[in-house]
Amino acid sequence: MPLEQVKQSILAGNGLQTQDIDRIMAALLSAPVDAADIYFQSSHFESWSLEGGIIKEGSHSIEHGAGVRAISGDKTGFAYSDRIELPILLEAANNVKAIVRQGQQAQRRIDTYRGAPCLYRPVNPLKSLDDRQKIELLMRVDRETRKLDSRIEEVMVSLIAAYDHVLIANQDGSLAADIRPLVRMNVTVIMVEKGRREQGSMGGGGRSDYGYFLEGDRALEYGREAVRQAQVNLQAQEAPAGNMTVVLGSGWPGILLHEAIGHGLEGDFNRKGTSAFSGRVGERVASDLCTVVDDGTLQGRRGSLNIDDEGTPTENTVLIEKGILKGYMQDKLNARLMGVVPTGNGRRESYAHLPMPRMTNTYMLPGQSDPEEIIASVKKGLYARNFGGGQVDITSGKFVFSASEAYLIENGKITRPVKGATLIGNGPDVLTKVSMVGNDMALDSGVGTCGKDGQSVPVGVGQPTLKIDGLTVGGTGV
Amino acid sequence: MQNQEEIDRLKEVVQHLLDEARLQGATAAEAAFSVDNGLSVSARLGDVETVEYHCDQGVGVTVYFGKKKGSASTNDISAGSLKETVKAACSIARYASEDEFAGLPDPELLATEFPDLDLNHPWALNAEQAIEVAIECENAARGYSSEISNSEGASVNTHQGTRVFGNSSGFLQGYQSSRHSVSCSVLAGSGDSMQRDYWYSVARNPFDLESAAQVGEQAAQRTVARLGARTLGTRQCPVLFAPEMASGLIGALLGAISGGSLYRKSSFLLDSLGTQILPEFVRIHEQPLLPRALGSASYDAEGVATRARDIVGSGILQSYILSTYSARKLGMQTTGNAGGVHNLIVEPGDRDFAGMLKLLGTGLLVTELMGQGVNRVTGDYSRGAAGFWVENGAIQFPVQEITIAGNLKDMLRNIVAIGSDTDLRGNIRVGSILLERMAIAGE
Repeated sequence: MPLEQVKQSILAGNGLQTQDIDRIMAALLSAPVDAADIYFQSSHFESWSLEGGIIKEGSHSIEHGAGVRAISGDKTGFAYSDRIELPILLEAANNVKAIVRQGQQAQRRIDTYRGAPCLYRPVNPLKSLDDRQKIELLMRVDRETRKLDSRIEEVMVSLIAAYDHVLIANQDGSLAADIRPLVRMNVTVIMVEKGRREQGSMGGGGRSDYGYFLEGDRALEYGREAVRQAQVNLQAQEAPAGNMTVVLGSGWPGILLHEAIGHGLEGDFNRKGTSAFSGRVGERVASDLCTVVDDGTLQGRRGSLNIDDEGTPTENTVLIEKGILKGYMQDKLNARLMGVVPTGNGRRESYAHLPMPRMTNTYMLPGQSDPEEIIASVKKGLYARNFGGGQVDITSGKFVFSASEAYLIENGKITRPVKGATLIGNGPDVLTKVSMVGNDMALDSGVGTCGKDGQSVPVGVGQPTLKIDGLTVGGTGV
Repeated sequence: MQNQEEIDRLKEVVQHLLDEARLQGATAAEAAFSVDNGLSVSARLGDVETVEYHCDQGVGVTVYFGKKKGSASTNDISAGSLKETVKAACSIARYASEDEFAGLPDPELLATEFPDLDLNHPWALNAEQAIEVAIECENAARGYSSEISNSEGASVNTHQGTRVFGNSSGFLQGYQSSRHSVSCSVLAGSGDSMQRDYWYSVARNPFDLESAAQVGEQAAQRTVARLGARTLGTRQCPVLFAPEMASGLIGALLGAISGGSLYRKSSFLLDSLGTQILPEFVRIHEQPLLPRALGSASYDAEGVATRARDIVGSGILQSYILSTYSARKLGMQTTGNAGGVHNLIVEPGDRDFAGMLKLLGTGLLVTELMGQGVNRVTGDYSRGAAGFWVENGAIQFPVQEITIAGNLKDMLRNIVAIGSDTDLRGNIRVGSILLERMAIAGE
C-alpha cells in the first residue's frame, strides 16, 4: 500500500515517526491558523539522450525535502527544507505561523489515513528497464527512424523518467500518500532538401514505466510521426494572415482549451476577480456544442493524480456544460475563501513551491460531426493539426497557441501545407464561435507541461476536431 | 563582500566529489555545489498575502571515463548520498557512447584571474520590512489612478547564494552573489475590458533598485495605458519593439549562433560567421566583467575564463557562442559561454524612445509578446502581440489580439535603428529596435 511504503521511505528513512508530524503540526497550530499542512517529497529522476547516432548524455538526480505551510484568512506563510529533520521542520513551522493574525482551527493528531484510488501502478519506472535496455531502445528508435527518409540529417531521441513519493499531513489529522511514476519519450528529426531545413517532433508518455514505449511499437511510431511532420513542413508555403475559419484537429490541439479557458477558470484568479471569467458562472461562454471537463481521474494519463498535492482526491470537474460556465478549478485555500469545495486541483511543482489551482487533463467531450464533414463545410480556411505551446493573459482573456503543422482548406478540401503560425483569440468568446464538434475525441500523447508563476507541472489535453468560425491566424501572407 | 568561510565549506564538498569520482575510476570529473537562501513576500490590496522562506542547495557531478560521460545531482549532501551520486554518474558514463568531443576544457583556457565583480550585496531585510516595501509599492500603483480597479499584488524578493565549481584539472573556485527584486502587477477596467500589466526592478545591490513607489507607478501607468485596446486590420507596417521586447529578438539571434544549435544544424544562421547578418551600424559585444551587473562572471560553467569580445561588428558575425563541447564539434575553440552569455550589450544608437517613435512614424509599437512562435531552424517568426498604434510619431490607441510575423533572417537585416533607451534589467542590454516591416494579422 502506498501509504506504508511512503511512510517507510520518507519518514523512517529520515528517522522520523508519525508522532513527529504531530509535533510539527502542533507547532504550526499553536497559533490560531485556518489551515496548515506539511508536504514531504522524495523524487528520483533520470534522463537519457541520443543524438548524432550516439548516447550523448545521461543524468540522474535524487531530491527530497519538506514544505511547511500555515494559512490564515487569505494569508500564507511557507518555508521548506531539503533536510527532513525534526528540529529544522519545527523551526520552519515556527517561522511560517508568524503570518497568522486570526483563525479558528483546533489541533488534532494524525488519526485519519486516506486511501486513494489507483490510477497508476506504484512502480519505479527508472528500474523498469536496465540501463542497457534503455540505451538499446534509444538506438533502435534512431536506427529505424533514419531508415524512413534519405533526407533525414539528424535524429534526436530523449527518454526521461520520474518517480515521486509524496506524503501530505493536514491540520484535520489526515495523512495521505501517493506514489507517482512518470515517463516521457521524444523524437525530433531534422530534414534537408535543396538547402531547405525543417524539423518534425513527436513524443508521448504517461504515469507508467518504460514498458509503455514497448507496447505495440509506440516508440517507433513517434519516429514515424516526427518524420511525417518534417516531410510536410518541407512542402509548406507561406501561411495566410488574418481572421478566418479554423478547423483544429483532435488531440493535442486541445491546448486551445487549456489556454483559452482553462487558466481563466482556475480558482485563485476568480477569487481575486482578475480573470476574464470572474463572476461568470451560469453564463454562456461557449456554443451549446461544447462541454469541457478537467479530469484528474483518467487511468495512467500524464496529468492524472490519485490525490492532488494537498491530499484531496482528484475529480472529473465539469467546467463548461453545453456552453454554460459551471464552475472553477479549486485548491483548498481558494475553495474555502469562495465558499465552495476543493476539486482536487491543488498542485505544486515540488516541496519547495506553494500549491495553486492547476489543471490536470482538460478536454472537450465528443460531438456528432464526422471530421471529414467538418473539413468539407469550409470554403476557405485553415486546418491546424499540430501545435507547439501556448500562452494566455487571463485578465484580458487574449490567448495564443502556435500551429506546427497546418494546411489550407479551399472549397471543402485540404489543399496544401502552410508554415506554422501563431493563432490568437479571446478566451471568453472563442468557444462561442465553435460551430461543429467532431465525434473523434482524442487525448494528447502525453507531452504537456504547464507553467504558472514559475512552477511547472505535467498536464494533459484533448478534444475532438473543432470548427471555429473566425480566429486570427498570424501568417506572413498579407 | 565575500564570506570565505562559506565558500571554503562548499569547496570541501566539491573537492570530496572530485576525489570520490577518481576513487570510483573516473579519468576526469567536474562538480558544482550551490546554496541559495532567500525571502519572498507578496502583498495584495494593502495587506500581506504570502511570506516564503527559501533555502535551496544542490550538488552536481559529471564524470568522464575516457570519452564517455555521465552526470548526476542531488540536494542531499550527506557523505552517503554524495557517494551514491558519484556512483550514479559513473554508472551512466559506462553506458554512454564514446564521444570523441567529450571532455574537460583544455587546462590553459581555465580562468586564472578572479577579480572581485562586486556581486554580493545581501539585503538586511526581515519579513516585516519586506512586507512594508511590498505594501508601499502596491499602494503607489493603486493610488496612481482611479482607473486601477484590482491588483495581483506587489512582491519583494531577496536572494543570496554561494556557488563553487571545480574540476579534476585542479580548478576550484567559488563566489557569492545576491539578487533582489521588487515587482508589481495591477488591473484596470472591468468585465470584458479589463487590462493588466506589470513592472519590476532587479539588481545585485538593493540600493540600485528603483524605489518601491516608482515600480508601482510604472506598473499602474502601463496598465492604464492599455485600457480601450482594440485589434488592427491585417496589414504590413513598420514595427518598433520596446526595449524589454527587443531583448527577446536578440535572444533569438543568440540561440541561432550558439554552438548547440549550430552543430545540430538546427539554426537559421548556419555558416554565417564572417557574413553580414545585421545592418552595418550594429555592434553587439559581451562584457563579462562589469561590476555589479546581473550577468557578470569571470569564468563560465566549465571554469573557462570569460573575456570581453565583439560578437557582431559592423553587422558582421564575428564569433559564435560556444562551450568546450560545441566548439570541438565545430572544430573551433570555446568562447567561454558554457551556461550562456555574460552581459550581452547591443551598442545603443543616438535616439531616445521619443526619437525612435518619431522615426517609426506610422506603425506598431510592440510592448508585449505572447507564445513561443519562433522556429530556430527556419527563422520563421509568428507571435501574439499587444502594444500601441502610432501615427506621425505619436501614440494613437492601444492594440491587442494581433500577431506579428516575419522571418528572423530578414527581420535582423532590416533593422532600421536601435534606441538609446537601453533596458539594464537583464543579461541582454538593448534599447528599442525598429524594424522596417512585418506582417500584422488582426480582424
